[in-house]
Amino acid sequence: MYQYDEYDRQIVRERAAQFKDQTRRYFAGQLSEDEYRPLRLQNGLYIQRHAPMLRIAVPYGLLASKQLRRLASISRKYDRGYGHFTTRQNLQLNWPEVARVPDILEELAEVEMHAIQTSGNCIRNITTDPYAGIATDELIDPRPLCEILRQWSTFHPEFAYLPRKFKIAVNGAIEDRAVTYLHDIGLHVLKNQQGELGFRVIVGGGMGRTPVIGKVIREFLPWQHILSYCDAILRIYNRYGRRDNPYKARIKILVNAIGPEKFAQQVEAEWAHIKDGPTTITQAEYDRVAAHFKAPPYANLAAVDAGFEKSKKDNTPFAKWVERNVRAHRVPGYAAVTLSLKKPGLAPGDCTADQMDFVASLADQYSFGELRVTHEQNLVLSDVAQSDLFEVWQKARDAGLATPTIGLINDIICCPGGDFCDLANAKSIPIAAAIQTRFEDLDYQHDIGNIEINISGCMNSCGHHHVGHIGILGVDKHDEEWYQISIGGQQGLSASLGKVIGPSFAAADVPDVIEKLISVYLAQRHVDELFIDVVERLGLELFQKAVYGERTRGGRVAERKVANA
Amino acid sequence: MPEIIKDRAIVTDDWVVVRLDEGKSVDMALPQGKLIVPLSMWLSRRDELISRGEVGVWLSDTDEPELVAQDLHLFKVVAVDFPKFAVGRGYSTAALLRTRYGYQGELRAIGDVLRDQMFYLARVGFDAFSVRPDRSISDALQALNDYSVTYQGSVAQTQPLFARVNRIAADERQNGS
Repeated sequence: MYQYDEYDRQIVRERAAQFKDQTRRYFAGQLSEDEYRPLRLQNGLYIQRHAPMLRIAVPYGLLASKQLRRLASISRKYDRGYGHFTTRQNLQLNWPEVARVPDILEELAEVEMHAIQTSGNCIRNITTDPYAGIATDELIDPRPLCEILRQWSTFHPEFAYLPRKFKIAVNGAIEDRAVTYLHDIGLHVLKNQQGELGFRVIVGGGMGRTPVIGKVIREFLPWQHILSYCDAILRIYNRYGRRDNPYKARIKILVNAIGPEKFAQQVEAEWAHIKDGPTTITQAEYDRVAAHFKAPPYANLAAVDAGFEKSKKDNTPFAKWVERNVRAHRVPGYAAVTLSLKKPGLAPGDCTADQMDFVASLADQYSFGELRVTHEQNLVLSDVAQSDLFEVWQKARDAGLATPTIGLINDIICCPGGDFCDLANAKSIPIAAAIQTRFEDLDYQHDIGNIEINISGCMNSCGHHHVGHIGILGVDKHDEEWYQISIGGQQGLSASLGKVIGPSFAAADVPDVIEKLISVYLAQRHVDELFIDVVERLGLELFQKAVYGERTRGGRVAERKVANA
Repeated sequence: MPEIIKDRAIVTDDWVVVRLDEGKSVDMALPQGKLIVPLSMWLSRRDELISRGEVGVWLSDTDEPELVAQDLHLFKVVAVDFPKFAVGRGYSTAALLRTRYGYQGELRAIGDVLRDQMFYLARVGFDAFSVRPDRSISDALQALNDYSVTYQGSVAQTQPLFARVNRIAADERQNGS
């Protein structure tokens, strides 16, 4: 992975020193609350319900074992011994003290980490495919370009005070595993007819209050130009994005207001001035950065390991874990292992300090000392030999990290919600827990098959509920917590937004509702159809009837829809 | 006389920023001396303002720099107003004045100008800063040194880090290979 040179180190050191001084001035009364707020946010520091929250950047989700160990020790020393992995592949600490955050930043800088631009109205952490570099359908390893984008976006002077936050995702494979259609800018790799690599540029996607699928504004952008093209997009946005209303300030509102064609024309006109300038990525710079991401020293292994095959035959729980949590690798004899952070009874994405230390040693022993954070809030050991899988499984199981449910109903994406977050309208963790309890039975989960349930505690959509096959959104009605349920959302190349099925539910009813939705699916599915396929084929009606049929108020809603159909 | 930061030094400043608040209109009577007038006044009283001698103009955060692009040679000072330090449209205004329209004279940040934004402001082309009067101007001056390294190109330094230095060499030193 990328190793800092003296320049990178200098920058994070100077950042830590700058924030230390800003925090000192804040406590000395020399910086007002309003003045300090954007400064602390651009260092990942929120003031939350019970305590501050610090969001630490994990650039494009890649971690070295020594970094994870440092995160473990930081969470013990400054927090309560655990952290929460987020849908932006970052790590959040829920209980740090504001006054000690500068010390945390110093400790992070020592292991080439930081909390730069993990919040605030600026360019946020760049996200990508957690299987970068090992996926079988990859056209270009997105990590070098992500690192180049990270450096370009770090303290970009023109775009440090944008109308609103700005998120960029890069996908280097045929399948989209970076949710590129739901970012402010999504870059999706393509090869043109001449065999050159470039990106489809997607702009103005996003979740939040106004969910929008991004629009393609350029079909093919040669990779050398991604920085200058992003500069052009951001300059148009910085000049013309709305600042009068924070709910209308994201780039998607601007793109919709003037239309994607006109927006594209403005970007192209701006780009014409800066194209081929000094920001153009040189082959030398690409090569320099890419050298940090060269493949680890893989052993020469057979494509199929006999011992591994035998263990699968002999041990059903292991086989089930392999089926769900192990993924094909492009190097023969290797596999990628997903360590589940979705054990029932724990908040999705939470990881204790002991687990972090444990995962770090697993990574050292079995996966070349590196790991990845997925936007589904799990951890991935990307390069495990098949012959080691049984051992890894046994150890992971003992540490509570081998829940064999990746991609199944209990692999829920969930934001911290009302238990921790000040923005939340409702709790989300107890909802996830109740669903996981309801669907505890593994055979039942396997029978249901691949399905994504995403839960957000408010419209900010950190839990990506808009793209959940089943999305659950916490809403506040007369100071009570209610849950609005949508179905039919999905990530990937055919990304779509879920549709709300009807009136909201009380927390206690949510597991029942989910079970009714599932029962419709089980009754209606054809062979090989997943939940999302059935929703696409049948639409909402049958699902609505099953859920609202016996409820007077909901029933009327469903009947009216039938009458209008 | 008020002080500003100019070319990384604290200097006294005899320019007066004319603001149209409190029901004033572009037709208001102008005092003697060196004035930095709002864009609307410049557009409606151009000839008169030229005849006064040295003149400056200021752009609000929503004024388009295109509107003064042809006149830039006439100004001793161009200022960009920050109504609130966190409203960042003026950063693009400044970058465009410097790069697209080639303005090389004094470019001054006015309004809610605070030390914690100065480093960014300097990088997009501001060389003069009218720091908010309730804050220490000498503290603000120090902020121009917040960072000794920057990654991306900017107005102040058009080449990105990767084009300015040999980072491969740095990397090799680090790895000892």
